[in-house]
Amino acid sequence: MIPAAFEYVAPTSVEEALAALAEHGDDAKVIAGGQSLLPVLRMRLNAPEWVIDLGRIDSLRGVRDGGDHLVIGAMTTHHDVGQDPLVHEHALLVSKAITHLADAQVRHRGTFGGALAHADPAGDLGAPARALGATFVVQGPGGTREVPADDFFVDLFETAISDDEILTEVRVPKHTGWGASYEKFVRIAHQWPIVAVAAAVRLDGDTIAEARVGLTNMGSTPLRAAAVEQALVGQPATEEGVAAAAALAAEGTNPPSDLNGDADYRRHLATVLTRRAVLSAAGRS
Amino acid sequence: MTATQEPTTGQEIGRDRRRKEDQRLITGRTRWTDNITLPGMLHLAMVRSPFPHARITGINIEAARQATNVVAVYTGADLGEAQGACINAWPVTTDQVTPPHVPMPTDRVAFAGETVAVVVARSAAEARDAAELVEVDYEELPAALDLKEAAAAHETGGALAHPDLGTNVTAVWKFDSAEAGTGGDVEQAISEARANGIVIEREYRQQRLIPAFMEPRSVVVDPTGEQITIWSATQIPHILRFALAATTGVPESKIRVIAPDVGGGFGGKLQQTPEEMIAFAVARRLGKPVKFTETRSESLLTAHHGRDQWQRLTLAATKEGKVTGLKVDLLADLGAYVAIVGGGVPVLGAFMFNAIYKFPAYQFQTTNVLTNKTWTDAYRGAGRPEATYAIERLMDELAAELGKDPLEVREMNWIKHEEFPFTTVAGLEYDSGNYEAATARAREMFGYDELRAEQAERRARGDKVQLGIGVSTFTEMCGLAPSRVLGQLNYGAGGWEHAEVRMLPTGKVEVVTGASAHGQGHETAFSQIVADRLGVPFDDVEILHGDTQISHKGLDTYGSRSLVVGGEALVRAADKVIEKAKPIAAHLLEASADDLEFNGGRFTVRGTDQGMAITEIATAVFAAHNLPDGVEASLDSEATYDPVNFNYPHGTHLCAAEVDTETGQVKLRKYVCCDDIGVVINPLIVAGQVHGGLVQGIAQALWEEAVYDENGTLVTGSFVDYLLPTAADTISFEIDHTTSPSTTNSLGTKGVGEAGTIASTPAVVNAIVDALRPLGVNDVAMPCTPERVWRAINEGSAGGETTGAAAPHFDPSTGMSGTVDRAEGDVQ
Ligand SMILES: Cc1cc2nc3c(=O)[nH]c(=O)nc-3n(C[C@H](O)[C@H](O)[C@H](O)COP(=O)(O)OP(=O)(O)OC[C@H]3O[C@@H](n4cnc5c(N)ncnc54)[C@H](O)[C@@H]3O)c2cc1C
Repeated sequence: MIPAAFEYVAPTSVEEALAALAEHGDDAKVIAGGQSLLPVLRMRLNAPEWVIDLGRIDSLRGVRDGGDHLVIGAMTTHHDVGQDPLVHEHALLVSKAITHLADAQVRHRGTFGGALAHADPAGDLGAPARALGATFVVQGPGGTREVPADDFFVDLFETAISDDEILTEVRVPKHTGWGASYEKFVRIAHQWPIVAVAAAVRLDGDTIAEARVGLTNMGSTPLRAAAVEQALVGQPATEEGVAAAAALAAEGTNPPSDLNGDADYRRHLATVLTRRAVLSAAGRS
Repeated sequence: MTATQEPTTGQEIGRDRRRKEDQRLITGRTRWTDNITLPGMLHLAMVRSPFPHARITGINIEAARQATNVVAVYTGADLGEAQGACINAWPVTTDQVTPPHVPMPTDRVAFAGETVAVVVARSAAEARDAAELVEVDYEELPAALDLKEAAAAHETGGALAHPDLGTNVTAVWKFDSAEAGTGGDVEQAISEARANGIVIEREYRQQRLIPAFMEPRSVVVDPTGEQITIWSATQIPHILRFALAATTGVPESKIRVIAPDVGGGFGGKLQQTPEEMIAFAVARRLGKPVKFTETRSESLLTAHHGRDQWQRLTLAATKEGKVTGLKVDLLADLGAYVAIVGGGVPVLGAFMFNAIYKFPAYQFQTTNVLTNKTWTDAYRGAGRPEATYAIERLMDELAAELGKDPLEVREMNWIKHEEFPFTTVAGLEYDSGNYEAATARAREMFGYDELRAEQAERRARGDKVQLGIGVSTFTEMCGLAPSRVLGQLNYGAGGWEHAEVRMLPTGKVEVVTGASAHGQGHETAFSQIVADRLGVPFDDVEILHGDTQISHKGLDTYGSRSLVVGGEALVRAADKVIEKAKPIAAHLLEASADDLEFNGGRFTVRGTDQGMAITEIATAVFAAHNLPDGVEASLDSEATYDPVNFNYPHGTHLCAAEVDTETGQVKLRKYVCCDDIGVVINPLIVAGQVHGGLVQGIAQALWEEAVYDENGTLVTGSFVDYLLPTAADTISFEIDHTTSPSTTNSLGTKGVGEAGTIASTPAVVNAIVDALRPLGVNDVAMPCTPERVWRAINEGSAGGETTGAAAPHFDPSTGMSGTVDRAEGDVQ
């Protein structure tokens, strides 16, 4: 599989990258880890004339403490995010989702920002990002804008990032002390999820004080299961307490039908996995 | 009982030798076809049809021809008859309808992926770029896509895969034990059972599979030199050479085919491919070396697929559970063309549906059908996994109907060990076996009774995770094949194998085999056999194969034949070397040949301490200074062995699976097998074959399926959607062996290459059905996806068709701005 020929630039700053993007416009594509872009090029599903590599922009890499939130640089690899102690402490849900993301090779090259910018509704990072209420920082010729997670994902493979912008960092509000679980349902290990549920809960004794639930592959974007979250508040962290709320998980979703399952089966899975994810996040399974 | 004995010093057979070929194969520092680069070599790219069935109304190659470093662009019309043809070696009936198979058709394509033009350029990338510029106009034709509809199209007026043929049915092949005189009348058995016994009727689906070998196919053709040399990633260099000669008019003596190291095949490289023929024709036309290496997507789309059958089955039994008859009615999808073995695949299964059992009456019929999909052919087991699946599923159904243990019902019907050799209702003579011993051992390893107890406990508790136990007691016919039998079946070639043993002056040994390894470990196992036979060190034996100028005679590797047929040829050639050495030894030792003994590589004079190593004799023969009168100066010997019978490995496989009834997810809990493959040459290689085979068979049960959408586009066109398992998806298998030496070859060996694949599929599905039977489930269609299992529990169906759509993880619309116009279903 050989991609069509393209020109390649590897700027060392965001400004240079934006300038290159401005210059080549529609004919350019930004490449991060290449784990989604390269297959597209090699299968010749797309053939940009310019490929702008963000790999040499050091400022886009790394995780830091931003006070009430964490700042994850767009070019931080899945592996590095997954291993990061700050992420583990303050955004456990993200660490949990990453352990299930693809395989070790992909995790060492693919990036946090690349995966979110790619906006595959079956991607494992969208649901945690939505559940935890992340903010996406996007930079373009006009400067920097902050996009809340609820507005970031627009449609299948479509985000609020415009053609002349790049995603620079993702701010994840701290959820210190919350339990978390990512229930990913697959047929074989190295697969994208058929459905996955991201859940984080804060317990008050045996009662659920707050809950965040995100759904992967249940529509054209990652979803947040707000009805489930509300129904969970004040419930005991028991099978019965959680089951009724989890039964609401598929409400308002529009999952796909494909080789791995039809929409009605996915709706059913969402309810089962939500119950399991919440119980597991609450340390009850 | 186990064949893994401690090796006695010097004894190679039975020893856990690490494979001598592995270092070079695994590191890739070797001759894979794609690694070969010749001076001035040109590269090919194929332009393929996106439509399953269409008339070609025009091909514009101008833009491609003008592209950078493009040397030529050819259509089918340009190459004409020089392309030769892809042959079918086995017309299963005398009136088989066989559509002509031109490697690159000129007027009509019959499956999505078929080549319509070839671009030749200085680099592979330039060829690929230019291939995008070839414009082909198609006029779409109705496509025959559904097997059942296609089978009836001549009556219903449905779509025909090849309109000129007037039918999609290429052949109907039948065997009836009453007609053959090998058993009773099956219809009578069924009507008796309907009146006063048990009749089980089922319809099972063998889904379409893709062999998915690790190394994509590649071919290099060098027409410079007196012979045209072809390197190809093939299982069948000798057969390819024959087919090239037979269909292009180039004399066989002017063609040399080399299968260098070949990275897997599983039957998928048992083919004479259009791409090989096109590369051959282009190289001859241009007088320059050319290479074509397919992409993974091309491989999944166009390399032949496997299985794809509907099986309608009727089993008749007495109320006690003694089977009185079995009737099998198959529909087999051959795809767009009748491939090299093609319609012979279901026929290979015809003799195996009765399996290890003593059925008094049997009838088999297969209707072989053409469709506008990728052609199908041999895939690990070829016909026998299908047969084993059907009968082993049925035996579990019978047990359920009777409320008996499935092992007990099998034992009631199987051939007892003292009854071998046994002639079956399909007319085969099983050489040896001991089903009781293998089953007892498997049962013990499995902890059968404990697992049954756990199953009962979970059922009683209403656990959301149910436990199922699946049984599969398989046998298969191995060692293709006695030439006479093949002749009776109308097969186009024989089934012998050839070997040569050459004693080099320095005492090293070169062994030439006509078998063509592609990952099996022949170099190691064959070295062990020869080392023992000639009493030379293992490391001094070199195995040469896969080059028609070195190994000029052979019938290649498939059908678990290399050891049981090729190994026997080897033994005979080695024995001839010893025979030839004997008079020379006698002469040099000044003794009578009658007083000589050959042992451990030495001729010794009985009752004395005088002796001479065979390697010393080899040196003496090289010098030829002092040979007996009239004796030729060579120890080299050859042998061609034609088996008198097949051999019949067997085994008992037990699988425990946990089924999550909430989600339908299946998790393997335990898998044990006790196979009887006769004498084991190398237990380590055998374990590798069994493990790999098991995973491949389990994958049919759980994961793999080639899925087409309603437009005839293969939607499982990459490994994102064609689900091949990895080690992460399997469990540790427990394997063991009983040993009933084969009586049909002197080593006592039986085939093992296909065993695991054949046995494991029904074991897994039986386990799933067993787990769910109290919930009213008696079938789950393969692959048993979580969705299908869930539907079986909740809807009582077997799970239905797979939705013909793939998730677009690499969608072109991925927020991208660049554009490439792409015909739907196009592949690069
Ligand atoms: C075999 C395999 C299995 C996989 N399995 C999974 C899985 O199970 N779960 C899962 O979630 N993912 C999976 N992935 C996808 C993986 O997560 C990718 O890493 C990710 O989707 C893309 O990240 P990347 O850094 O490689 O981006 P790239 O492939 O380089 O880019 C992806 C897209 O995002 C754009 N882009 C990248 N960075 C930016 C930026 N900073 N600003 C603006 N646009 C940008 C690119 O232009 C491109 O359109 C798998 C990938 C492979 C190859």
